[in-house]
Amino acid sequence: MAAEVSSKYAVQMHGITKRFGSFYALTDVNLDVERGTIHSILGENGAGKSTLMNVLYGLYQADEGDIYINGKKVNIKNPTAAIENGIGMVHQHFMLVENFTVTQNIVLGSEPTRGPIGLNMRKARQNVLDIVKKYGLDVEPDKLIRDISVGMQQRVEILKALYRGAEILILDEPTAVLTEQEIDELLGIMKNLVNDGKTIIIITHKLKEIQASSDTCTIIRRGKYIGTVPVKGVSEDDLATMMVGRAVQLVVDKPPASPGDVVLDIQNLYVKNEQGIDAVKDLNLQVRAGEIVGIAGIDGNGQQELMEAVNNLKKCKGRILLCGEEIQNKNPKYGIDHGMATIPADRHKDGLVLGFSVYENTIMEKYRTEEFSPGGRINRKKMRSFAEELIKAYDVRPEDCGPKLAGGLSGGNQQKIIIGREIAQEPKLLIAIQPTRGLDVGAIENVHKMLIRERDKGVAVLLISFELDEVMNVSDRIAVIYDGHIQQIFPHGTVDNRTLGRVMAGGSLEEAELEQIRKAGDANTAAGAEAEPETSAGPAAEEPAEAEAEEPVASAAEEPTEPEPETSTVPAADGGVELQNTEQMKETLAQMQKSLAELQKQIENMQKALAGMQ
Amino acid sequence: MSLRKRFFSNPFVLTIIAIVLGFCVAGLILLAAGYPPVESIRTLVQSMIGRPKDISSVIIRSTPIIFTGLGVAFAIKTGLFNIGAEGQYVMGCVVATMVGSMLDFPKPVAILMVVISAMLISALYAGFVGLLKAQLGIHEVISGIMLNWISLYFSNWICGLDFFHKPGTIGMYPVNPCTYTMILPAWKRTEAGEAFMEQYPVLKETLGRTDVNAGFLVAVIAALIITHLLNRTRKGYELRAVGQNIHAARFAGINVNRSIVHAMMISGALCGLGAAFYVTGQSPHTVSTLSAFENVGFNGLSVAFIAFSSPIGCLFAGLLFGGLLYGGAGLQSKVGAPTEIINIVIGVIVFFCALSYLIPRFVDRRDAARLSKKRKKQMQKEMKKGGSNVN
Repeated sequence: MAAEVSSKYAVQMHGITKRFGSFYALTDVNLDVERGTIHSILGENGAGKSTLMNVLYGLYQADEGDIYINGKKVNIKNPTAAIENGIGMVHQHFMLVENFTVTQNIVLGSEPTRGPIGLNMRKARQNVLDIVKKYGLDVEPDKLIRDISVGMQQRVEILKALYRGAEILILDEPTAVLTEQEIDELLGIMKNLVNDGKTIIIITHKLKEIQASSDTCTIIRRGKYIGTVPVKGVSEDDLATMMVGRAVQLVVDKPPASPGDVVLDIQNLYVKNEQGIDAVKDLNLQVRAGEIVGIAGIDGNGQQELMEAVNNLKKCKGRILLCGEEIQNKNPKYGIDHGMATIPADRHKDGLVLGFSVYENTIMEKYRTEEFSPGGRINRKKMRSFAEELIKAYDVRPEDCGPKLAGGLSGGNQQKIIIGREIAQEPKLLIAIQPTRGLDVGAIENVHKMLIRERDKGVAVLLISFELDEVMNVSDRIAVIYDGHIQQIFPHGTVDNRTLGRVMAGGSLEEAELEQIRKAGDANTAAGAEAEPETSAGPAAEEPAEAEAEEPVASAAEEPTEPEPETSTVPAADGGVELQNTEQMKETLAQMQKSLAELQKQIENMQKALAGMQ
Repeated sequence: MSLRKRFFSNPFVLTIIAIVLGFCVAGLILLAAGYPPVESIRTLVQSMIGRPKDISSVIIRSTPIIFTGLGVAFAIKTGLFNIGAEGQYVMGCVVATMVGSMLDFPKPVAILMVVISAMLISALYAGFVGLLKAQLGIHEVISGIMLNWISLYFSNWICGLDFFHKPGTIGMYPVNPCTYTMILPAWKRTEAGEAFMEQYPVLKETLGRTDVNAGFLVAVIAALIITHLLNRTRKGYELRAVGQNIHAARFAGINVNRSIVHAMMISGALCGLGAAFYVTGQSPHTVSTLSAFENVGFNGLSVAFIAFSSPIGCLFAGLLFGGLLYGGAGLQSKVGAPTEIINIVIGVIVFFCALSYLIPRFVDRRDAARLSKKRKKQMQKEMKKGGSNVN
């Protein structure tokens, strides 16, 4: 698969394997980058893109594999060695000194000197200006970093690399923090650099940008090399397929949803991110009782800010209604008191107090009720019995973990405590953010079952996840978030990974595909016994403008349509789920169970062999 | 976790190790300076606990440090570093003296008023630090240090005011006897009292010759109360949750900003309590113009560290600390060694307490090394036994 070692390639990485403990971040990955081209590395979150580039830049050492620069084998043991080999890297998070000027930042560490100790800043400034002129990078050399925009900070980072003589430039998710306009400018700069003979490698998961910028694309999936393709002649579709792959789907056995009243109603929401840019823009979404709405999207498209606004951790513009009552811009307690429970994405940061016992962690919200602290004094007996019940019900292991610190449990068991605790709140709205991150297959299945059980109890569930399979399997409706707003909503079973992946990356659907999805949706409607009157609004969505006009009629079930022409609306999910698919699903399930049993046998054999060895 | 590791993870064991190491280093320094180390340390210990009077003096000397130690320890438990304890203590002293010197009420009322006013001012002073942190994100160490200096100069200013300044001294008018918190202060000066104490030499030594006061008892009670508050109450749960993980606490709906302010106020109130019992319980019962800090608050930081921020531990750490300060004087008079050696002992103990988190790791690593050695040997044995089996 790997190309022959030749000097026409600026970078060649062959058979790279990188382990962290027992976890394989990269397995036998190849990368061949021709000189003077823009090469993108595509993959989902955690696929190993950044790890591969960190190996190239000398931040990690590969366990196996070779690196060749311009056809010569090199040993890159640290970033200094990488710079000596003409490799420069711009990290996703900039590494700049905030209260230094642009020039000072660029020359930092390799300042031109005058005499043994003197600095020649005038020369430094001139050097910087020369490079700026050469590549059309627009920066002001005397401004302080903290006073310039994010886009300009990125240019400073690029300049830093060029100043050190980089011939090969690695850009890690360069567009994640940029505005549309800044992205265009960046693409222009990249073209200039390539015309001058530089080689650029960009890490991204945005398909559109690959199409706009790159010559070649290497796809990595779960640490494995999938392939390298010329971007010309490959559609976004094909790229999406290669990126997402047809991984084994954990099909969750779930009865059709029977949605009730609207529980969560987000209207025209705007939320700013840390940089002060609107990360959520005019977002509209409804979640009804008894349904799971999954938000699919690539990390950094506003999920974090959406969650923070709903949880009252951040101020926002617009309205968030919980059972008809406005809850935005209050405090977290307000939402919790009004029936909201959240399983946070970062269980160590937001979910648990690791220095507290498991007992104490189970009453993070309940501690303030009269039941658990009558008269302000914690009822430890009550706390213990409640926690023990929870430990038993959710099979937290070890069984006697109660008095021990929560920090000592494994990730899966920590997650069980959080999920159990939040469900014990008996919420009207359950928000689950990345609820299965870092969990093993069995635990994932458990979490999904719990979510569905809550749904069947009539809880409105909002699932935010970067795992496409998870969103596809668990959700009754899939809302695709892109660039801070809901791009499209698909009912369960009307869309495949490929299409979804494309919409997630900002792609648009063609009319024919929309028609197909609508049909699938209609079929569901017909199949569903408890079809709701609102579903008749389906056909109205054919033309966005029309849908908007009819909004009052279609209101409850419909998402308010976006004015952009590329967006369109698909009928909302309702009681019906593909009956015709159930047979098929059962078959697949049986097959999977068979293969699982086989696998288990194999594992047993291996364990025996292992025991023999010891 | 091995039994050994668990033993070496126990904070009490770690403190003892740190103290022993502290004395070892002090011995080496004494040796280097030409003093007999064993003899000197024996003298030091003897002047701390040799006579009943010494023990009594140590307790009296320790009381304010225990209070500030409790305050700092409480703040640490809630995730705050109250370096402003010094300033809060100084403010407490000034206000206690101001109030105490003006009052003339029946004893319980007068004492209560002094105590409450000192606690209140210290709580507000600390609460201001908390407010700055909660509302503006100013780190409590920065504002705490600034306010320390402000309190020092405030104290000196009050000392100079005509209304409070006692002519012929450098201090304020002392508090009125109605606020005294010594045990039987008036009775022990009467003839009957002296006659009674004559029968019991121990009493005469302690009660008769030192300012035995209620402060230490109150400190014990305060330690018990804040232990209870931290571990058994709703408020304590909130404060600890914020201290350990502010993000999770906010996520769970705890009012984080309010918690920070409250935690600081309680911490300050403890310092103020110490100040009130210092002023009312020990002569000279007043505050003098200061050219530098008296370090009661700063010593509280050391006490809290040595106690690993356990309130009950602060009682013992405070006694050790007060003992070393008191005994240091004896060291100088009897052996001739400079009292600075005491500061070195204290410094080294704090240093080793801070490093002690390494001890369990060290034990762990040794265990692991031993285990892997064992395993290697076993492997080698098996390799020899059935060479081709191992694949």
